[in-house]
Amino acid sequence: MKARVTVTLKPGVLDPQGKAIEGALRSLSLEGVKAVRQGKIFDIEIDGEDHNGARAMLNDACERLLANTIVENYAIEIV
Amino acid sequence: MKAAVVLFPGSNREGDAARALRQATGRAPAMVWHADHDLPAGTDVVVLPGGFSYGDYLRCGAIAARAPIMRAVGRHAARGGAVLGICNGFQILCEAGLLPGVLMRNAGQRFVCRMQHLRVENVGARFTRGYAPGQVVKFAIAHGEGNFEADDETLKAIEGNGQTAFRYCDAAGRIDEAANPNGSENAIAGVFNDRFNVLGLMPHPENLIDPLAGGVDGRPLFEALAA
Repeated sequence: MKARVTVTLKPGVLDPQGKAIEGALRSLSLEGVKAVRQGKIFDIEIDGEDHNGARAMLNDACERLLANTIVENYAIEIV
Repeated sequence: MKAAVVLFPGSNREGDAARALRQATGRAPAMVWHADHDLPAGTDVVVLPGGFSYGDYLRCGAIAARAPIMRAVGRHAARGGAVLGICNGFQILCEAGLLPGVLMRNAGQRFVCRMQHLRVENVGARFTRGYAPGQVVKFAIAHGEGNFEADDETLKAIEGNGQTAFRYCDAAGRIDEAANPNGSENAIAGVFNDRFNVLGLMPHPENLIDPLAGGVDGRPLFEALAA
């Protein structure tokens, strides 16, 4: 079973990297870029086929390591 | 006083921390490996040095905060033992939940390496009792992710309890945007836990212990810990 965890900065948290990327996109003359926020994706392979168990384990993984919940949100997707 | 310096893969200021501790205490601190499960018996003060533990993978300090030795550091702090985290050590303590808040990328997006004035905000703790209230000191800073952030409620608690140890300021002690090198909330450069036995700060007091290296403003911190 495979899962994808997406970690993003909470709205309102300053994201200088996103801002820098936004500026670089503009400097490529790419039209219409309004704002960029940078996040992280983790592709995780999991033993077995217990989706609920995997979801619970990944939730724990996000709370304890993958995300810093002071400033980041996370989403878990079993793929 | 027995001190221990924790060495993580990618730490690079452990020698500076050890030198400052040796100068203040008269004996070399124990160097403790991140994979150890215990601190040396009788350890009074633990220092987490600066550097780039685990190459800043995931988030600064995130991997180091989950290293085996950090459980022992947590137990030491729970017993009331002193823990000092400098720069990356501060990031590790925040990630470990031993200090409030989080260190984000500098608001100016640049790594900042320079001398920086700080105002000592609370001299009641064992780390800062060697300074005068409101004293302006000069430490070195060298970091890319030192922007201290916390939610409003946490920030209110920090300020209400007097947990701010140091604030970025100018030479005259004024606190304004121009003197804030990284965009930290309330210009916070260093913060205590709510029991005042854990201190994390981005600037490097361990580099200001010798007149030859630019000043001795860091000495009172280590001397107070040794006393």
